[in-house]
Amino acid sequence: MYVAVKGGEAAIEAAHTLLAARRRGPKELPAMTLPQIVAQMAYAVDRIMAEGSLYDPELAALALKQTGGEMIEAIFLMRAYRTTLPRFGASRPIDTATMRLDRRISATFKDLPGGQRLGPTFDYTHRLLDFALAAEGDAPAPPRVNNPEGPMPRVSDLLKGEGLVEPDDPGPQDAPRDITREPLTYPLSRAERLQALARGDEGFLLALGYSTQRGFGRNHPFAGEIRIGAVEVELDVPELGFAVTLGEVVVSECQMVNQFTGGGLAGDVPPQFTRGYGLAFGRQERKVMAMALLDRALRADEFGEPRLAPAQDEEFVISHSDNIQASGFVEHLKLPHYVDFQAELDLVRRLRAEWEARPVKDAAE
Amino acid sequence: MMADGGYNFAYLDEQTKRMVRRALLKAVAIPGYQVPFASREMPMPYGWGTGGVQVTAAILTPDDTLKVIDQGADDTTNAVSIRAFFARTADVATTTETHAATVIQTRHRIPEAPLTNDQILVYQVPIPEPLRFLEPRETETRTMHALAEYGLMHVKLYEDIARHGEITTTYAYPVKVAGRYVMDPSPIPKFDNPKMDGMAALQLFGAGREQRIYAIPPYTRVKSLDFEDHPFSVQKFSGQKCALCGATHVYLDEVVTDDAGGRMFTCSDTDYCERRRAAGFLP
Repeated sequence: MYVAVKGGEAAIEAAHTLLAARRRGPKELPAMTLPQIVAQMAYAVDRIMAEGSLYDPELAALALKQTGGEMIEAIFLMRAYRTTLPRFGASRPIDTATMRLDRRISATFKDLPGGQRLGPTFDYTHRLLDFALAAEGDAPAPPRVNNPEGPMPRVSDLLKGEGLVEPDDPGPQDAPRDITREPLTYPLSRAERLQALARGDEGFLLALGYSTQRGFGRNHPFAGEIRIGAVEVELDVPELGFAVTLGEVVVSECQMVNQFTGGGLAGDVPPQFTRGYGLAFGRQERKVMAMALLDRALRADEFGEPRLAPAQDEEFVISHSDNIQASGFVEHLKLPHYVDFQAELDLVRRLRAEWEARPVKDAAE
Repeated sequence: MMADGGYNFAYLDEQTKRMVRRALLKAVAIPGYQVPFASREMPMPYGWGTGGVQVTAAILTPDDTLKVIDQGADDTTNAVSIRAFFARTADVATTTETHAATVIQTRHRIPEAPLTNDQILVYQVPIPEPLRFLEPRETETRTMHALAEYGLMHVKLYEDIARHGEITTTYAYPVKVAGRYVMDPSPIPKFDNPKMDGMAALQLFGAGREQRIYAIPPYTRVKSLDFEDHPFSVQKFSGQKCALCGATHVYLDEVVTDDAGGRMFTCSDTDYCERRRAAGFLP
């Protein structure tokens, strides 16, 4: 029985074999191919790329296949692969005004230059199970879409003319700090916070973003604009003296327009709306909306707002937003802790013996 | 140097190893001080020894002999897994014998046999900040360390005594290193704390998730925090001895043998126990 609490190499081997069999399922069923997963499990693939911080649909599909749909394990595979890759440079900032749009909506204007475009969205679907799909029903052919020519101005640019919205954050002047190559040191810059949020757990961001809407750090948000589509990634190559296009990535972007600041006839800043920003790889609309709410909440100090709610607390939000860190530490409780438990057991036994030997008060007293 | 296909020796690329080594050098230069480092995602979960694994990967050479223990034992699943990881990615010799190892990675224990000054002990650390449960904010604790402002910790220990008559921290018992920094010794039982004091071996601590490295150079003073009238003391296991080798002066695991209150005790350090039995010690 002494050995019972200890495992060995053989047990680990067997567990891996069982896992592989479990993942594959019955051999009579055909195995999924990576192109199938990329095409038909696109939202899962997108989330793996976003939280795995690595844009590669094929690899994300492999991760999903390898983990049998266990999302956090799949994200973990991407992260552990990503960390081994050499860095050969930082791309130019992507320009989402030049995005090849799939979807573009604004909740703040009925119509705007470039128009509203729903694109493929769950928004107005009735959430009714489609039993025809269970019977291998096929999808209708998509309508033809005419893509407008030229860049599509962002809502934030439209309001900028009047000075009603705070201007774009110029961002860091030097090469951006890479939070995966340098340790995080609080307080963070906004750029570092946004990096952390972009790879943060969607559920965690959603819950905290939601909390700001329910009064825990309220910031009066309007969805100024949400756009989803493909943008080019360009890299400056010093040897060539010009930027080369490396390829395209699909991203989701949310520009939240929030409660105004400034004003007061004695103040230096005119009344203007503030902003929150969200961006992530893939079709991650819910995530980037939550991210924009959080970005704004975390800028409390900039606007002289009291930091009272969890969503406004940078250390709280950023230290707990990474699901790979969180799941690892929560699940490490599975590892043996019997040495420490023994130490506690010994203490509680002793304290208990003292308690039992305590002088008992006389009932007559 | 490649082992196992496309990966560098001991998994981490050389750039990353240099980054970790720079942090280690700083840590050795400032004993007990937590040095931030850009911890990498390792192919094992955070909280399962990624800090220790990165430290080991950064210091390992092809001539090293590695021992990995968890809860004092070489055959616990996670110790087996980490040992297998380095056997595969670094192709180094591994051992379960404490005296034969040049690098020992550990979780939750210090071996019973004294270590020598040509050995390195690498600890896996979950929460490197000894003040974390008194003050959750990193910005605050950093200032407290900078000012050597450790009153809060003493108040906590005092409150233990006021409430229970003794300090009720039984593991991860805070120490002061070289008279300056208060340090978390990782969740080793306080039984092991005295072994850290003046240890001949270099002690390195890696916290992967929390991105911190710290160190105790050889022969450094390590004092467990206490009060003059409540001196530090260790667990005693009164009247118990190892059911396999008869040892009485060691940390014991309690093993439940039936559902009627049956118990037995065995050495937590499996190598120590085996060596004693090989030398003829009996229960």
